[in-house]
Amino acid sequence: MLQFPIYLDHNATTPCDPRVVDAMIPYFTQSFGNAASRNHPYGWQAEEAVDYAREQVAKLVGADPKEIIFTSGATEGDNLAIKGVFEMYASKGNHIITCNIEHKAVLDTCKHIEKEGGEVTYLKVKPNGLIDLAELEAAIKPTTILIAVMYANNEIGTVNPVKEISAIARRHGILFFSDAVQAVGKIPVDVNKDGIDLMAFTAHKMYGPKGVGALYVRRKNPRVKVTAQMDGGGHERGMRSGTLNVPGIVGFGKACELALNEMQADAERIGKLRDKLENALLSVEEAHLNGDKEHRLPHVSNISFKYVEGEGLLMGFNKNIALSSGSACTSASLEPSYVLKALGLGDDLAHSSLRFGLGRFTTEEQVDYTVEQVTNTVNKLREMSPLWEMYKEGIDLNTIEWAHH
Amino acid sequence: MAYSEKVIDHYQNPKNVGTLDKSRNNVGTGLVGAPECGDVMRLQIEVDEATGIIKDAKFKTFGCGSAIASSSLATEWLKGKSVDEAVTIDNMTIVEELNLPPVKIHCSVLAEDAIKAAINDYRKKNGYEELKFEEGIVH
Repeated sequence: MLQFPIYLDHNATTPCDPRVVDAMIPYFTQSFGNAASRNHPYGWQAEEAVDYAREQVAKLVGADPKEIIFTSGATEGDNLAIKGVFEMYASKGNHIITCNIEHKAVLDTCKHIEKEGGEVTYLKVKPNGLIDLAELEAAIKPTTILIAVMYANNEIGTVNPVKEISAIARRHGILFFSDAVQAVGKIPVDVNKDGIDLMAFTAHKMYGPKGVGALYVRRKNPRVKVTAQMDGGGHERGMRSGTLNVPGIVGFGKACELALNEMQADAERIGKLRDKLENALLSVEEAHLNGDKEHRLPHVSNISFKYVEGEGLLMGFNKNIALSSGSACTSASLEPSYVLKALGLGDDLAHSSLRFGLGRFTTEEQVDYTVEQVTNTVNKLREMSPLWEMYKEGIDLNTIEWAHH
Repeated sequence: MAYSEKVIDHYQNPKNVGTLDKSRNNVGTGLVGAPECGDVMRLQIEVDEATGIIKDAKFKTFGCGSAIASSSLATEWLKGKSVDEAVTIDNMTIVEELNLPPVKIHCSVLAEDAIKAAINDYRKKNGYEELKFEEGIVH
């Protein structure tokens, strides 16, 4: 039996795995100590739990536990990495290279850096959503201190050539930071094999709790330091003050352990379901896949259905299916997705997009139902769409003088 | 953001979806909005030449649920009105009827613009001077 609403928005957040919740519960009421309390068993228990979780988190990404700084989430990790490097390495230079489809937590932090006297280059991505390596290398200057490029994109799921990016960074003696929120726990990420110097990720995108994340900061070859962005008790090797969120950290650790053990099987199963969903929806007339088909996370598909508007489309089934759209109407800013626009899609296609994000608990039955509902709604709305009628009559929509408002 | 029941009802059971023959003299067509802005409305009226009464109205809309509901409601209100009465339909009455939230007011403005464009198209075809309207609020 299908239960509603079906959740297909796993790039926004994921449900906590029940095993994660079980691991967390004792740390709310029984072992509730402050991990910084060094003089009694409550503190010792909390510290031990944090140390264990730090090992679990480090293991998933191939890091040393000492290189894991716990944060409140990836937005904080992005801020700490970029601002922290900018301040710590000010004597070396002030130039940062990033790209135009990064998450707002990176883009807005870079804008802040510009106000502080920094210089930022925003690389344009290729139409498939990936970084152009030649352009990246050409953007490097003597003053460049950091390359900040995401591992995988949150809207289209494309996975950047991280190893190649880090090789360029190494060659020029520049630090490489990656926002890996969407990738960690979904595909193998290894900070040493990938050559990453700093990396932000978060628990709630990988079946852990909200409000806890980590920043990986390399300790060897090279030893990286960031300037703390919050003053206080000097927790987390002085890089991030604030009482540790022990239950959250325990849950994060458990989520990482589960991901390590189950990621491969999950990815294979979810990937098959994604392909089934995607193939069925792409057989709809004038449906277009956004982003590179190959270099992509296994659980994401972003599709534009031309001549219907995304929010109107969602309204056809959003009581029963939870999905996101790149349509302006669904965002606070009333602008269509800047990620899709950066791929060179016209605003009209950006307005017509849906993002499908499958997850650990997605079933084939849910996928089949979604295909049916989306297809029916697209067909129904096209019957009401003046653009569809014009398209069918062979009118080129670009030749019409639209009354822009 | 939750939709009002009236918006949902118009979305699920839109009234008067369709196309009138725009080459006919007693049919006025208004096409407003732009694909890049995420909404395009086409609204058509068919006028009884003897009485000047709008005897049919049809729409097609590319847009969100509120845009579809605004145009569906507009066609309902147009039918049975004289062309002169139809000109007075105000976007704020659409907002009130559908309980549109502030971010969706532009949908009602678009519907008002579509009505006026359809009426002017009809007037032009039939040798009347086109009506001048003040610029709507910026949306």
